[in-house]
Amino acid sequence: MQKKLIEVKNLKKYFPTNKGMLHAVDGVNFYINEGETLGLVGESGCGKSTTGRVVLRLLEATAGEIIYDGKDILKVDKRRMRELRRDMQIVFQDPYASLNPRMSVSQIIAEPLTVNKVFKNKNELDARVKELMDTVGLTQRLVNTYPHELDGGRRQRIGIARALALKPRFIVQDEPVSALDVSIQAQILNLMSDLQKEFSLTYLFISHDLSVVKHVSNRIAVMYLGKIVELSEYGTMFKNPIHPYTQALLSAIPVPRLHSTNEKIILEGDVPSPINPPEGCRFYGRCMYRQDICNQKTPELKDIGEKRYVACHFAENLKPAKK
Amino acid sequence: MDKNKKMLSINNLSIHYITEEGTVAAVQDMNLEVAEGETLGLVGETGAGKTTTALGIMRLIPEPPGKIVQGEIVFQGKNLLDMTTEQMREIRGNKISMIFQDPMTSLNPVIPVGEQIAEVIILHQNVNAREALERAAEMLEKVGIPPERIKEYPHQFSGGMRQRVVIAIALACNPKLLIADEPTTALDVTIQAQVLKLMNNLKKEFNTSMIMITHDLGVVAEVCDKVAIMYAGNVIEYTDKKSLFTEPRHPYTLGLFGSIPSIEDDEERLNPIKGLMPDPTNIPSGCPFHPRCPKVMEICSEKVPKDTEVSKGHFVKCLLYEE
Amino acid sequence: MNKQGQKRGPWREVWRRLKQNKAAMVGLAIILILVFSAIFADFIAPYGYDDQDLKARLQGPSMQHFLGTDNFGRDILSRIIYGSRVSLQVGFIAVGIAIAVGGTLGAISGYYGKRLDNVIMRLMDVLLAIPGILLAISIVAALGSGLQNVMIAVGIGSIPGYARIVRSSVLTIREQEFIEAARAVGASDFRIITKHIIPNALAPIIVQSTLGVAGAILSAAGLSFIGLGFQPPTPEWGAMLSTGRNFIRDHWHMTAFPGLAIMITIFGLNLLGDGLRDALDPRLKN
Repeated sequence: MQKKLIEVKNLKKYFPTNKGMLHAVDGVNFYINEGETLGLVGESGCGKSTTGRVVLRLLEATAGEIIYDGKDILKVDKRRMRELRRDMQIVFQDPYASLNPRMSVSQIIAEPLTVNKVFKNKNELDARVKELMDTVGLTQRLVNTYPHELDGGRRQRIGIARALALKPRFIVQDEPVSALDVSIQAQILNLMSDLQKEFSLTYLFISHDLSVVKHVSNRIAVMYLGKIVELSEYGTMFKNPIHPYTQALLSAIPVPRLHSTNEKIILEGDVPSPINPPEGCRFYGRCMYRQDICNQKTPELKDIGEKRYVACHFAENLKPAKK
Repeated sequence: MDKNKKMLSINNLSIHYITEEGTVAAVQDMNLEVAEGETLGLVGETGAGKTTTALGIMRLIPEPPGKIVQGEIVFQGKNLLDMTTEQMREIRGNKISMIFQDPMTSLNPVIPVGEQIAEVIILHQNVNAREALERAAEMLEKVGIPPERIKEYPHQFSGGMRQRVVIAIALACNPKLLIADEPTTALDVTIQAQVLKLMNNLKKEFNTSMIMITHDLGVVAEVCDKVAIMYAGNVIEYTDKKSLFTEPRHPYTLGLFGSIPSIEDDEERLNPIKGLMPDPTNIPSGCPFHPRCPKVMEICSEKVPKDTEVSKGHFVKCLLYEE
Repeated sequence: MNKQGQKRGPWREVWRRLKQNKAAMVGLAIILILVFSAIFADFIAPYGYDDQDLKARLQGPSMQHFLGTDNFGRDILSRIIYGSRVSLQVGFIAVGIAIAVGGTLGAISGYYGKRLDNVIMRLMDVLLAIPGILLAISIVAALGSGLQNVMIAVGIGSIPGYARIVRSSVLTIREQEFIEAARAVGASDFRIITKHIIPNALAPIIVQSTLGVAGAILSAAGLSFIGLGFQPPTPEWGAMLSTGRNFIRDHWHMTAFPGLAIMITIFGLNLLGDGLRDALDPRLKN
């Protein structure tokens, strides 16, 4: 039953800058099973959004493979890619910037259908747009309104309807709720999980908000400076994070409860520059367990059992003792 | 808490914006108190009136379209609303200062950070430029930035560092009251943890009263003593931190808690508040929350709820609790 | 935020704001009157533009000739009315040429970037380095005078302006997420440029072209004034000024009225342009 829908192997995306090569995504490996949600978390600049875009070929990868449904999509030509796009969609973070302000709600939702010439006649198209609006919970009344007249939650629903229009199987969710208020955020998260069940969708859910990622994901990958440092099932990761960065990240979340039990690990300093990073662990400068080896050898993402993968030389030592 | 001296009290304050499309009651009949050294959390979603409250205290509401319709803001025994522009300028940045959300835009990009800190000191204290710069260096050290960086420009600092500079400016004159408007929202979690810890320490050191504006109940749990929850311009629940987290009463507050995915427990679905924030020019009659309220009664659309003290010091604006 | 369910496109919003601006409405009224008189010149003008009445030469304003007559006894009011045809044609068509060429170059330059951008923009820099009027003079000198050539000459001179404006707005719009969203659903470059980028880049182009029409009218008048533009008996305002210059001592009305016509037209266009800029400025959007 657990079929891999998409697998990413040693994916790299570098951007040339004036100061040198910016290693936005630097050798990332993961897979997502059909119908599953993989959460991708990390702080700003860690390369999570770039990863999402490279996976959809909205940005061209520098190196690596992206196997979707058995084929390496980095090797297919433009025309075939356009067909594949119908299968793979994206929901953007900013519902303000991701909708063309000069187009009405119905035009925006219809665009994927028009571009791909799905329907021959206008009535079928209108019917499908109405159906999509129903699916995402937008009232028909709004069909001729423009994005600037609507609030963030409704705009994000438009973005979701647009992503669903071509009946995709795989959707990259790029921080879809970070621009929304909590009460609206919860509505959208529920909508997304309903849609996932209804249309058996596979999600790559990108976010900086760990509580949101934990809520939606089956497995979670934590990124730091272009690399995945830990990848585990959500339960095990939150119970006992292994990588020092994951530990710090989890402890830093303000918990809305009195006398929260977790001891905060306050990291020193800032994320270093991703331009021409030196050999060695990227987290070296801020790590509380660093040793000499850490700035000489880059740790690989290793399988440490229990479906957990950690990129740390001391993963075995940091692993909680088995009861 | 009661033994402390009263620093700020807001009585029956109403602030309206008069626009073409109607009058917006941004703050409606507000009553709040902050004691010396105490931190009040002001929580709510976009458009709840949090920032308007802050600007009202600073007397920075743009008039027109804004207008303080009624009420008083008593700071150290004097009503700020009776003060002249000159007197207010004396107070701003000196006795009351404010930290804004975005550290990118609240610093002047062409002036070195040290000079920006020194500027406030020169404005409010009888010192010369050299002494002011010395003080600025001390302040930088206090917020955890090496004083050698005093001559650097804002763009040479990371987001977290810039917010520290902003904090240094705000605290440079040792204010009695600090208003922080979402000071960590633009920051990553690990940096947020650093900044919150810093603010907590400095607050203790200087015994500053603080109003912390946030949408994050997690931040409230970490830094506040008292909390006011705002909805559509009204403070709908006002109590100390402990009773907010142990026995929240207002249906909106309960809805907020239901909307946040928990980091510690598993939940299948979130329980969001249904519906949307009301149109600010067209606030529902009676209780503004009644169209979204799960416990709505017939009377709710007719009668405006008053502050009801459900237990000592715990005020709720809800007809469920009114006699 | 607006009441829900109401249909209010972005352009309607602009019109609503523009209507509130009195100066812009005055400008619009002036332009509309001019367009109207240009179209219906045959019906409005009391005389033909080259009807000579040698008995009534060089008369000041009177009941027969509201704005007087010129050295051939032609009615100046009629010539000004017919002249609006020429001026508006020159203004709009020259700007049209500039937008078509400059806009396309700018859009290509901004959208594709890299080397193509570099080549196009350096060409534009070369054009910009030559003073506009000098460029127009040399083009007219090369091609010969006449309506068509004046329009081309003035048009070419303003190509770089439009290329730059379009390029810079394309550069900002290109980075917006909705462009990426369009690409994600498989839209082609052509569709992205025409459906997504151009409609969003229109605002600055509209403002620039309103002001540009004014500039073009002035340039054409200037060319005629120095004898390179329109030849008599074409009723062109600049040419009228030029003729009137010889009689300015004794017959002020021959220069004053065509001059006023130019002034009022430019004034109207500028008022409208400024108003449009304010109405289109997204920072004022509520």
